[in-house]
Amino acid sequence: MREETYRSKPDMTVNIAGVELKNPVMTASGTFGSGMEYSEFVDLNHLGAVVTKGVANKPWEGNPTPRVAEVYGGMLNAIGLQNPGIDVFIERDLAFLKQFDTKVIVNVCGHTEEEYLEVVERLADEPVDMLEINVSCPNVKQGAIQFGQDPGCLEDITAKIKRIAKQPVIMKLTPNVTDISVMARAAEAGGADAISLINTITGMKIDIEKRRFVLANRTGGLSGPAIKPVAVRMVWQAAQAVKIPIIGMGGVASAEDAVEFMLAGASAVAVGAMNFHDPYLTQKVVDGMEQYLMRHNIQTVRELTGAVQ
Amino acid sequence: MTGNAVRRPGMDHRQVTCPRLENTAMKKKTTMTVTEIRSLAEGIFSMKLRYPEGDAPEKVLPGQFAGLYPNDPSKLLPRPISICRWEPDSGELQFVFRVAGAGTASLAAQKTGDKVDMLGILGNGYDLGKLAGKRVLLLGGGIGIPPMVELAAALNGIPGSEVKAVMGYRDSSLFLTEELKKYGNLLIATEDGSVGTKGNVLDAVRENGVTADAVCACGPMPMLRAVKKFAQEQGIPAYISLEERMACGVGACLGCVTKTVKTHSHSHVRNARICTEGPVFDAEEVEI
Repeated sequence: MREETYRSKPDMTVNIAGVELKNPVMTASGTFGSGMEYSEFVDLNHLGAVVTKGVANKPWEGNPTPRVAEVYGGMLNAIGLQNPGIDVFIERDLAFLKQFDTKVIVNVCGHTEEEYLEVVERLADEPVDMLEINVSCPNVKQGAIQFGQDPGCLEDITAKIKRIAKQPVIMKLTPNVTDISVMARAAEAGGADAISLINTITGMKIDIEKRRFVLANRTGGLSGPAIKPVAVRMVWQAAQAVKIPIIGMGGVASAEDAVEFMLAGASAVAVGAMNFHDPYLTQKVVDGMEQYLMRHNIQTVRELTGAVQ
Repeated sequence: MTGNAVRRPGMDHRQVTCPRLENTAMKKKTTMTVTEIRSLAEGIFSMKLRYPEGDAPEKVLPGQFAGLYPNDPSKLLPRPISICRWEPDSGELQFVFRVAGAGTASLAAQKTGDKVDMLGILGNGYDLGKLAGKRVLLLGGGIGIPPMVELAAALNGIPGSEVKAVMGYRDSSLFLTEELKKYGNLLIATEDGSVGTKGNVLDAVRENGVTADAVCACGPMPMLRAVKKFAQEQGIPAYISLEERMACGVGACLGCVTKTVKTHSHSHVRNARICTEGPVFDAEEVEI
């Protein structure tokens, strides 16, 4: 196996809307904070991008507890987008992230159009590579998901954000819709530079002994390996519908899962809830994807995108 | 060290932007070896886990915890379990836990020699500096008792500190009483009155006229609320260990928060992370 040993390392770089990432592995918003906590486990310099937890124009308290529950092969969460607000985020979290040689993607949330636009505007001159717009959180009472479940609203808010955004815009889509391709097309029509999917699937857990909802919010977003087949299917459907790049996520637990998302049509992948299971997972996915490419004698990771037959 | 984090350039800057409490050691996920597993009472298990050679932390503080992963691929999240004893010489941690569901049941089913993945050491423990030289009342209720053993041992090693332990059990299936007696006076309360005072830990405190300069408590929320009120009446500080459903255990997911009285310096809202700022809080700083 001499050839195997001496074969040059595959090209892991990917390009999303003009931004070159050293590899296609990112973190899924909300599962990695702003990277600070996991920087004890993973060298952030090795990741394609860090996608931050959603940030709003002002601090949000989030939902009452319990906010999380484990379910078979996954978990439910209803954090309610607790965040310290854009001022603290820029001063503390962005200052921390810019020390690393990785791309920074800021997830933006809001209750109203004005709130989204305010955050986008505030980030215009900050060291941010891309914006990911969370129009898909199932856990906040108003805003968020409403924009993501109506194609007209989604196209409209995408267009408004695009008019003022200085960075490429990724619209993060919810799977809680009848036809994901309609939503993908709406984002593209609004001028989105990329889409990411899937956000969590709305779920529920009941404690049968106490006859009570486990989460204080009653419903929560399901994530983890339990949702991966749904996510792969939706990434594939979206890839059939639009030309803009797709960032695929939903239950990625290994490099093999990441490859599966790429084959379905994703240009990059994000590791989410499984960071909680294995805080080293992002790095393992990067390494494992590289090994997969070498094993299959594939020169560049970009060849995987949409390569399912 | 395979699979474990190593310090890398870039990390140290974190200290500048986000100073953490001094007692928070480097966190890592480690494959531990079960060196002892036994049942202490109905549904209560003691498990000792040993670090691989050279992997043990320099310091473990009473009140800190670790996340233990069930050996079951359908269960993703570590179970937050408080540290009952830390034996630095052998590199062993003792955990005493109640079987509350399938995850803890799978931990209880481990055998000596089995491997258990552990995320640790997590959280901030009791501030021994604030307890040194004081008469400290240790209150433990049910599965809140185990961390009190490490705390009693630590306080016992500080000259001038005095441990007064009062532990509450459901009934006569007691556990960890011998260990606690080694480090100070022990009073017992049982819900059914079969041993010691009938009632809860505060009933036993009042019945015996126990006085102290500070209270440290771990137990169910109604008990902690009563402890907070008791300490206010006595005009003494209370340090309480809180529990909440957790996911990441390292402060990233914001799953396990508690309401704080003032806007918290990390969250910038009235929330603090139990896994990171806690689990031990000054009772006056949290709304419970």
